[in-house]
Amino acid sequence: MLNRIKISLLVAMFAALLVMPPILDALEQPFYLALVSRIMIFAIAAISLDLLLGYGGLISFGHAAYIGIGAYAVAILNFYDFDSGWLHLFFAIFGSALVAAVIGAFSLRTGGLYFIMITLAFTQMLFFLGISLEEYGGDDGINTTRSVFGDWIDLDDSDTFYYFILFFLGLSTLIAWRLVNSRFGMVIRGAHSNEARMLAIGYPVFRYRLIAFILSGAMCGVAGFLLANLTEFVTPEFMHWFRSGEIMIMVLLGGMGTVFGPIFGTAVYLLLEDVLSGLTQHWWIIFGPLLVIIILFAKEGLWGLLPGREDMSDD
Amino acid sequence: MSVLLLLEQTLNGIQFGVFLFLISAGLTLVFGIMNMVNLAHGSLYMMGAYYAVTFVEMTGSFLLALVLTIPCAMLTGVLLELVALRTLYQRDHMDQVLATFGLILFFNEVVRIFWGAAAQSMPLPEIFDGNVEIFPDAPYPVFRLAIIAVGILVAIFLYLLISRTRIGMLIRAGASNRPMVGALGVNIRFLYTLVFGLGAALAGIAGVMAGPILSVEPGMGEPMLILAFVVIVIGGIGSIRGAVVASIIVGIFETVGRSTLPFLLSQVLPQDAAQTAGPAIASMLIYILMAGVLFFKPEGLFPARTG
Repeated sequence: MLNRIKISLLVAMFAALLVMPPILDALEQPFYLALVSRIMIFAIAAISLDLLLGYGGLISFGHAAYIGIGAYAVAILNFYDFDSGWLHLFFAIFGSALVAAVIGAFSLRTGGLYFIMITLAFTQMLFFLGISLEEYGGDDGINTTRSVFGDWIDLDDSDTFYYFILFFLGLSTLIAWRLVNSRFGMVIRGAHSNEARMLAIGYPVFRYRLIAFILSGAMCGVAGFLLANLTEFVTPEFMHWFRSGEIMIMVLLGGMGTVFGPIFGTAVYLLLEDVLSGLTQHWWIIFGPLLVIIILFAKEGLWGLLPGREDMSDD
Repeated sequence: MSVLLLLEQTLNGIQFGVFLFLISAGLTLVFGIMNMVNLAHGSLYMMGAYYAVTFVEMTGSFLLALVLTIPCAMLTGVLLELVALRTLYQRDHMDQVLATFGLILFFNEVVRIFWGAAAQSMPLPEIFDGNVEIFPDAPYPVFRLAIIAVGILVAIFLYLLISRTRIGMLIRAGASNRPMVGALGVNIRFLYTLVFGLGAALAGIAGVMAGPILSVEPGMGEPMLILAFVVIVIGGIGSIRGAVVASIIVGIFETVGRSTLPFLLSQVLPQDAAQTAGPAIASMLIYILMAGVLFFKPEGLFPARTG
């Protein structure tokens, strides 16, 4: 179970996120509001990826694909003057779920190295598809506007938008938490620890994994939907494989196989990027080897460094 | 769309395929024998290209640059293996992916610092400058033929090395039963380092050959790496024979598909639909091909751990 330290840390984090906008407004630092919004959006993506990586043991190297689908759902619908946010959200979720179903159906038939490379290759395919679609901007990208959710949620107001993202982060965290502790989550985790045994007990492992893959993709699609709204600009770069790698790093930094770790991992990664890239334009030369060292020596991630280490069965 | 153009495109496809083979061969050996994901393989290719640019500038001779680059690329690979990758063999794939991802970031920055972010160019070597007429009235650049020749030589060399020599035998044995080979007194770690160096040398050769026809820039390795992944997945992990066949198939599909598909579609679809769909489908073609192969043969065309 979560121990007291972790619970208080979580409460503190969500409380801090709740009071962030008025404080930053008072300090006149709108830039940081955008940065925190960005962190929350990628945290949703990282949580969705961790469902596969940490709990399912499925190394999906193509999660940027669903960010791209979610983002292009907003941009393309806006392009045809459908500005309804509900419609955007619907297409972002079901579009990514559909793509995840197709990619999952192919990649889950294989395993190990093949799985990594196939998820990567399919994402690359979508990346090139985005580049070749000249009508929607091709590799220059396409400008878009924020989704419209009726009168009572005005996303053009930055504070409202912030709380809108926070709502989705809370929702994703709750869903992930419920999911991994449900019977369904137990099957997914069981298949990770011992696939042969799960099959022998009679679980259709492939079907369970495919559903996990689709759920994860749909959740990541929501992150894409939010990202397009934040940047008001969508490019195929959203689907670049580099992005997939970054989301993986966020998960690993926070701690794989934990629901809350990825949130912290995302925050650390994006803040580090912000600070280091301000110091030197060659910040990758520091971060690259740092990443190797983290992997070799601190596999548990930040969340795992907290006292009260337990096995991955509860959080 | 003339037959001649199609033939020329096919030849271009074969040349691109050979190029992919040089990169995939090393990758598939490391994947198949060490059971290790190495994303940094594309970086070794990039380093090869940069070494070649430097050596051509220093010596003015392409062949000399080729001869000098191969040991340098090999040395880079061996150092990489000794410093970072050796400890990763025992780790799971997730660690390997992320650690080698970190190495890509590192290499790209190293190149940016030492050679600058701008693309470097390398002159076409004089001996390979010019065209030959393979078919009447169809001049074809000699250099592209030279690439094909290098690829064929490398393929023959690898075949002989792996199936006819003692080292090849040990490599195959190490792939199928590592502890047993170790127990028989073979220095398996040294063997792995050697295989890694071999792969790096091959990637380096690809880098040299890429110099005159592609732009040499930071991050040039990644698109090639992903295409090499597609090749390996289609051919079967660890299979050299699979890599040969799959890289030629991918090379031809990629090149010929891109040039003929928009034209073919315009015959059956209305003009503007074909103009949108043509390039889109062409860019997805090899991935669709990969999906198709996997659907029928999830282990690739030549499912062998060695071969």
